[in-house]
Amino acid sequence: MRVLYFGWVRQRIGLAKEEIDPPADVADVRALIAWLKTRGPAYEAGLGNLNQVRVAVNQELTTLDAKIVIGDEVALFPPMTGG
Amino acid sequence: MIRVQEEDFNIGAEIQSMTEGKAEVGALACFVGLVRDMAGDDRIESMTLEHYPGMTERQLAKLEADARERWALNDVLIVHRYGKLLPGDRIVLVATTSSHRQAALESCEFLIDWLKTKAPFWKKEETSIGARWVEAKDSDDDQAARWEVEPSRVIGGRGRQSE
Repeated sequence: MRVLYFGWVRQRIGLAKEEIDPPADVADVRALIAWLKTRGPAYEAGLGNLNQVRVAVNQELTTLDAKIVIGDEVALFPPMTGG
Repeated sequence: MIRVQEEDFNIGAEIQSMTEGKAEVGALACFVGLVRDMAGDDRIESMTLEHYPGMTERQLAKLEADARERWALNDVLIVHRYGKLLPGDRIVLVATTSSHRQAALESCEFLIDWLKTKAPFWKKEETSIGARWVEAKDSDDDQAARWEVEPSRVIGGRGRQSE
């Protein structure tokens, strides 16, 4: 599974993207974030406040409850500030 | 049409290409977003825009399709820049053409409101006291939420025309 980070989520985690292999019981984005946060304080800093984390799965905006499967592209980022 | 690019754009040339030889166009509305030189009391030295290549183009194309569904438009152009910009630099151009002004003006406002909350861009300001990420404003969400209605209920939209 490919995970991409943008904005201050990227900056705090210190990575723009990574290939990960989460446990089989990680079935949605919320569970994925909970698992990522066990990987170290940088992930806690980037993903600790779920109110400030937005989600896209396969480049479609969605919610923390979106189901994910092997092969998905998951992006985690702060609220968008375009325009 | 959607363009996501690092380089600047020429407003006059873009507008001309949307109207020249198109006598059915009666109105063009245009919005240009620019980098300001101040953020509160702090001087902005530069602004860096990051985006999500691939998703950005998809989201902007969806916004264009949504606008065309709601209003009878001849053409839609969204040009959004990324990378490092300086105060006074152009960030984004939204232009719409229609037979009549109301559809052009309303759809232009709709596109810029939704672009602010649905297009995957993130701004970082480099100021005299250090760099910081621009925070999303609740007022931008409120502006975008004004458009959360059925397409057929928007005046000048396709749904209305087919009645």
